[in-house]
Amino acid sequence: MTRLTLILSGLLVALFVTALLIGPAHISPGPSLRALIMGGEGPMTLVMREIRLPRALLGLLIGGALGLAGAAMQGYLRNPLADPGLIGVSGSAALGAVLAIQTGFATTWSLGLPMAALSGAVLGVCAVLLLAGPRGSSLSLILAGIAISALAGALTALVLNLSPNPFAANEIVFWMMGSLSDRSMTHVWIALPFILLGSALLASLSRGLDALTLGEDAAEAMGIGLRRMRLTLIFGTAAVVGASTAVAGAIGFVGLVVPHLLRPFVGARPGRLLLASTLGGAAMLLAADIVVRAILPDRDLKLGVVTALIGAPLFLHLIYRTRQDAT
Amino acid sequence: MTLLTLRELGVTRRGRTVLQGINLRVGTGEIVGLIGPNGAGKTTLMRAALGLIPPTGHSSLAQLAPRARGRAVAWLPQAREIAWQVDVATLILLGRTPHLATGQKPNATDRAAVDRAIARMDLSAFRDRTATRLSGGEQARVLIARALAQDAPLLMADEPIAGLDLAHQIGTMKRFADLAAEGRSVIVSLHDLGLAARHCTRLVVIDKGRMVADGTPLETLTQTLVRDVFGVDALVQATPDGILFQPRDIVG
Amino acid sequence: MLPAGVLPMSASMHASSLWIPWLVAALTAAPALADAPRRVVSMNLCTDQLAMLVAGEGQLISVSALSADPRGSAMADVAARYPLNHGRAEEIYLMQPDLVIAGTFTRRATVDMLDRLGIPVLLLEPAYTLDDIAALLIQTGKALGQEAKAESLVADFQTRLGLLNSKDAANPRAALYSANGYTSGDRTLAGEILSAAGLDNVAAEAGLADGGFLPLEVLVMAAPDTVITGVPYAGESRAEAVTDHPVIAALRDGRPGARMMDRDWVCGTPFVLQAINAMADLRHTLQDGQR
Repeated sequence: MTRLTLILSGLLVALFVTALLIGPAHISPGPSLRALIMGGEGPMTLVMREIRLPRALLGLLIGGALGLAGAAMQGYLRNPLADPGLIGVSGSAALGAVLAIQTGFATTWSLGLPMAALSGAVLGVCAVLLLAGPRGSSLSLILAGIAISALAGALTALVLNLSPNPFAANEIVFWMMGSLSDRSMTHVWIALPFILLGSALLASLSRGLDALTLGEDAAEAMGIGLRRMRLTLIFGTAAVVGASTAVAGAIGFVGLVVPHLLRPFVGARPGRLLLASTLGGAAMLLAADIVVRAILPDRDLKLGVVTALIGAPLFLHLIYRTRQDAT
Repeated sequence: MTLLTLRELGVTRRGRTVLQGINLRVGTGEIVGLIGPNGAGKTTLMRAALGLIPPTGHSSLAQLAPRARGRAVAWLPQAREIAWQVDVATLILLGRTPHLATGQKPNATDRAAVDRAIARMDLSAFRDRTATRLSGGEQARVLIARALAQDAPLLMADEPIAGLDLAHQIGTMKRFADLAAEGRSVIVSLHDLGLAARHCTRLVVIDKGRMVADGTPLETLTQTLVRDVFGVDALVQATPDGILFQPRDIVG
Repeated sequence: MLPAGVLPMSASMHASSLWIPWLVAALTAAPALADAPRRVVSMNLCTDQLAMLVAGEGQLISVSALSADPRGSAMADVAARYPLNHGRAEEIYLMQPDLVIAGTFTRRATVDMLDRLGIPVLLLEPAYTLDDIAALLIQTGKALGQEAKAESLVADFQTRLGLLNSKDAANPRAALYSANGYTSGDRTLAGEILSAAGLDNVAAEAGLADGGFLPLEVLVMAAPDTVITGVPYAGESRAEAVTDHPVIAALRDGRPGARMMDRDWVCGTPFVLQAINAMADLRHTLQDGQR
């Protein structure tokens, strides 16, 4: 284990425990952790095990998933602007999830919701890869992202507005900004297998992504199977982003910010960036979810608000730098 | 020993034949210069021989499994791509990719290969520098070193010396000669016919997707061929010091 | 009425037939007085019901489409007999009304437009207390020239309310929990319904006397004796999914819970008696279970 891995893991543990201790119900740390671990009768066990634990676990899983997916997509497209949220993959996954929920498909089959979100995400990734070209130039990547996000967002809004449920129409915000509030262990079990499977797929790309530093031709000539890599990337990304979005909505910028911040610490090697970004993404989302609850404990402030406030300035900076490089 | 065999190799793209009837056998210790005007099909020939684009006919390399091919031939594409700000040694180490099984970490052999490549391309001073911050010529040398670190018996390089200064152009051709002296072979596409004539042991001339000549520089680089293929009037002379090639004018 | 962006709570417990015969009797009362408005249009779910209760024969010419939906409206079958409007200024103008009744939460732009077109608009406040209901009936009665009818409705309502008001010393503690984790406090109509039925509201303990968002974990820590959730609308929504969270089931854990039926809870009309009745039943069940 490298020093970076150790530091990030330590940070992650601290944030995870903090996430468990923060919440609108004022209960002190000692008894609440005891209730979490030892259990027992009473509302505190219920709060810790059924409300805070799933929330922290989802923060960990989804943050890791988004960090990893961002690092993998960036490595594959060789472009630091690729983020599942920005390029419309999360938006397409949200569309899939909303369709499954509103048509009732999600209730007829226990895997219906994540599978539908995954399918949406697959379409999103394929569209991006198709539009952005093999080596995603920044311009085509951003334009493709805008187009796909806009289309997926509009269709999501349409589906929600067509719903007979009067609340549904207001939920476009949740699907576009994401939130971990009031999730349960059910959601953890929905997302977990897909995130684990997708992460395993993406982790296997490590060597190929390193080789792609030299371009597609050179990588392929060194024995990297690009076709297989592309499929692995599509399904790996779709699985982790789809499952994450299905339970927490589209959370942007994690996959942009984290790889960017950690790249210098792994010698810019895209393969090593995968693990670092997974840990970093989990840390960032847990931190963002702590901030959300610390600032407005009684309101469901959307996670995407916080991640965008951190991420958007960095995104602008990256665009500015890309433009400078081009001239 | 034969490092590459091409039989009736051809490429058809969108119904158009861009390469056809290529027959070539490359043994050990050769420096094969691949020459021809722009669009003649030099790059296509090399990529088809590698199997990077689906060829018709037979190529001994295209038939290999991907990783085995990576150990049989090192390919240096013309586009000098370095996507991330990695340091020079890390970048060169990527050349060892075909030698590493899934999950295997680079060992002493791999690091030794990297060291040799660095020494050979005169890059010791740049070892820990960030590759993307080097000048274009320096990056070209780093990428050649990457291909050398691959330690394959055959090196295919697409215009590796374009953009290098004169000393490094000649230096690079001499490094190729060193490889040939070790019993390896190099197939290199070039536009500088003077360097090609001086440093290659063999020239293969491509024109309009066909091979029009194959032989020693003196055999192939005749005034007639240079005029017919390149549209240039040139002076070609064998001197005691090697072959002298001097283009004079374009042929109207 | 609830703050903007929050939809009313809902629930289905009892069939709403309880008050209908009484209502139909009311509807067949005397025609409007000579100087009273003759073409009245109501454009809000709650004012619709007040108007339908109070108006004389032929005096009310249109009510809003929402009133014909049985899940939100206590008088859906009556409303279905009226031409329905959708709260749009132009359609209402074309009905040539001499009085429009709207709620204070009705779209401002529409009301202003009708004002400019010279149509008198009566704006009725939503009811925040049970006492407001009587005041609203009287106010509507005055506007429609049906004072006597309104007063008899009030008298009847107060008699029935008096019969239901029975409190125990130890009231069970109840939580109203609807979509988005919204709860209604003591100082709301829903809160008064609870308290009239002899249930204490945990929202007050949590400092939400006016109602507001009650985080799930605060609800759990409050450990109410019963959780009263909304009846989900057709289709799915994440907002309502919170009422299906496993901890709600755990909180109920064998104890009776209940669902709120929008039509009995939302509007300040005599129909809240049905909600009070249902809650009183719930209280009895809870107390029987404790004994």
